[in-house]
Amino acid sequence: MKLLPALLAASIAALGFASAASADEVVVYSARIEQLIKPMFDAYTKQTGTTIKFVTDKEGPLLEKLKAEGANTPADMLITVDAGNLWQAAHEGLLRPVNSPVLAANVPAHLRDANNLWFGLSVRARTIFFNKKNVKPEELSTYEDLASPKWKNRLCLRTSKKVYNQSLVAMMIAEHGEAQTEQIVKGWVGNLATDVFADDSKMLEAVGAGQCDVGIANTYYYGRLMAKKPNLPLGIFWANQKTGGVHVNISGAGVTKHAKNPAGAQKLIEWLSSEQAQNLYTDADMEFPVNPKVKPDPVLASWGSFKPNLINVSKAGDLQSAAVRLMDRAGYK
Amino acid sequence: MNTAAHATVAVTPRTQRLPFARLLTGWRVAAFLVSLVTLIPLLVVLSSFLYPQSAAWVHLSQHVLPDILLNTLWLALGVALGTGLLGVTLAWLTAVCDFPGRRFFAWALMLPLAMPAYVTAFVAIGLLDFTGPLQTLLREWFGSSAWFPRIRSRGGVILVMSVALYPYVYLLARNAFMTQGRRALEAGQSLGLSRRTGFVRIALPMARPWIVGGIMLVLMETLADFGTVAIFNYDTFTTAIYKAWFGLFSLSTASQLASILVLIVFALVAAEQRWRGVRRYHGSGRSQATTYRLTPLMGWSISALLGVFFCAVFIVPLLQLIIWSASVFTTEFDVRYPQFIWHSVLLSAIAAALVVAAGLILSYALRLYRDWPTRFFARLSTLGYAVPGSVLAVGIFIPVAWLDNQLLAWMPSLGASGGSVLKGTLTVMLLAYVARFLAPGFNAIDSAMQRITRSQEEAARGMGLSGWRLLMQVHVPLLRGGLLTAALLVFVDVMKEMPITLMTRPFGWDTLAVRVFEMTSEGQWELAALPAVVLVIVGLLPVVLLTRQSGR
Repeated sequence: MKLLPALLAASIAALGFASAASADEVVVYSARIEQLIKPMFDAYTKQTGTTIKFVTDKEGPLLEKLKAEGANTPADMLITVDAGNLWQAAHEGLLRPVNSPVLAANVPAHLRDANNLWFGLSVRARTIFFNKKNVKPEELSTYEDLASPKWKNRLCLRTSKKVYNQSLVAMMIAEHGEAQTEQIVKGWVGNLATDVFADDSKMLEAVGAGQCDVGIANTYYYGRLMAKKPNLPLGIFWANQKTGGVHVNISGAGVTKHAKNPAGAQKLIEWLSSEQAQNLYTDADMEFPVNPKVKPDPVLASWGSFKPNLINVSKAGDLQSAAVRLMDRAGYK
Repeated sequence: MNTAAHATVAVTPRTQRLPFARLLTGWRVAAFLVSLVTLIPLLVVLSSFLYPQSAAWVHLSQHVLPDILLNTLWLALGVALGTGLLGVTLAWLTAVCDFPGRRFFAWALMLPLAMPAYVTAFVAIGLLDFTGPLQTLLREWFGSSAWFPRIRSRGGVILVMSVALYPYVYLLARNAFMTQGRRALEAGQSLGLSRRTGFVRIALPMARPWIVGGIMLVLMETLADFGTVAIFNYDTFTTAIYKAWFGLFSLSTASQLASILVLIVFALVAAEQRWRGVRRYHGSGRSQATTYRLTPLMGWSISALLGVFFCAVFIVPLLQLIIWSASVFTTEFDVRYPQFIWHSVLLSAIAAALVVAAGLILSYALRLYRDWPTRFFARLSTLGYAVPGSVLAVGIFIPVAWLDNQLLAWMPSLGASGGSVLKGTLTVMLLAYVARFLAPGFNAIDSAMQRITRSQEEAARGMGLSGWRLLMQVHVPLLRGGLLTAALLVFVDVMKEMPITLMTRPFGWDTLAVRVFEMTSEGQWELAALPAVVLVIVGLLPVVLLTRQSGR
């Protein structure tokens, strides 16, 4: 019981905790996990002397936090791991426009907001993976084709509750319209070999083990899995090369509307998109760089080049709600 | 025929006519203030009904709710049954029967408390799914493993959650069986009841508030759980809540769903109170618990079964975690781990102390005044446990941020330290923890409070003690078991807690649970194993300490 007064004292001391923000500091709310952003932020601090304070959480709570804090938010910058949430942040009026020729040059138009509210910083491609023993690449073509009867009992998918699939379906709605997309998703559900998986890695392992023959996943899960188990008979196929191109999503950032240090945040985003930092941002997680002048990691380059879908990724946010409803109607869990 | 064997004493509650001024006694006000900590976030969540979301609701009711309601019902029933059976049987065996290794199992069976359910979930799936080592081996030997039961199924979730949550029932039931005394059971035996009948007709009813209290905790935790069902991809009410929030971008719909969940739980709690009725569950003296002797064969079989059970639910997952963390140790472990551990332990300890204090106040107020406002607010304040973590976090954060904004508008100098008065501090986290975890604390303390007889109190009053001193000098020593149980449950729960910690922590206050979240959010189970195993080991220490200290 003697511990109790000490603990109370510690907590009271901590009440006066909130530390001062200096002009030389950028505060970041990030949905991208600490392991992936800390090395970059450390490098930035070493190079420029600006300290970066950050907190990580899921995007939903981060956005609610920003909304509740309003003009008194300490956050200067928001980083998310998909375009839909950036769109949502912009939609809720939580971001401010950034007019930066550097960013306009470094980030292609389809990977940033038309009103300069947010910018992609890395690209994740979501494409088709197949079991090399049971499927030849010639049999594969598009995401839409995976709904055809020849794939009955051979398809594995991740849950529709994960934002990556929601963005994929949202982009399909943008391309084909709701009615056709619903047919396609129903076809997918009919072809499932087993219940949908909670994460891409487990799904890819299932494809490799032969529980199913094809699946759709993000490329970096494939990279990680092959690094751990190089003997897995898992192949990568770039989907929709003859049609719209591979579905891509971004991890990106924007400056908050009530940022105390917007100039600092802008500088940080510009640095993250620059040639020096892009590899630091993307290589740790096997993603593709956004900056067209930067070459991807050699492992990624070994998978071959591909044509990405050039529809602006903000569509993923715009149509996300419709995509979720569509997937519920189609029975895609 | 059973009235003779019951040691319960039927007493009608004191009803009182209540002019409002008489309501404002110290203990009632204190209890009300404590309940505000939960009440305010609940009101914030309920206020979402001010913003009707008919489009979202039409969609949800047509395509989502029917399935998830069924799923949730099955899950709740299955887990209640599973934990009830497991908890009560194990508690009875270790409290009252004598078999080899009994003292070891008495505390060892509590250890799964330290392992979060979502960790048990990903270990179970990692080991038993199609791509896991077991099925892969079976395919090598037999060619096909299609006959192996699927772990990613309704049965699988029920199994994993029962195994992860039975310690709540075990802990509380064991407390009950240990304190109910020899005499009632011996009276039963002398009247010719067999041991099994004695158990069913004497021990079980006398332990009812404990057992039901434990099952209520389990139910609330199951209904509020998101991590475990997400890993199994099993759609329950909480997955609908998060779908509405993250998928349909509508926090209002999500809060409305959460409110419905809270109302259902409130109805359950009220029903349980009704059912308990006016009985009292006083212990008949502080005598030693009975010990039934068993034949050596029976004794050793029980030891063997318990050994297998303990290995399956604790040792095997722990070993798997250790193996996984060994493979990633060099990449993941860094100098900040002691800091993570310190943050986890400090927050858990302070939260446990606060919840025990709050639970004691509520329980004592409830004992002094059995009128409906006190009962209502006391029960209401335990509902935080049934609200999904992220939703409760928002429910706490919004009022705190609002308060901050008002304070800063009024006195901008307060915000010299970075635009935050309250939000950047530990206060928010601790308030949120109290709101969320008042239930396990209160349930444990209140159940123990039931054991104190009126005659003990009246004797003390007769000696001139009252109010605060009565509480401290008479009740608290008698409640020691309950207080320790409450502290333990809250400590371990806060260590495992994720969504509130994520949302309300100040900069630089990462805990072990935050670390686990970061890895699991990207499906990197092996990397998550390291903070998970550290979390389990650190959580084990209070479990062991408190079991040893409670002397049993």
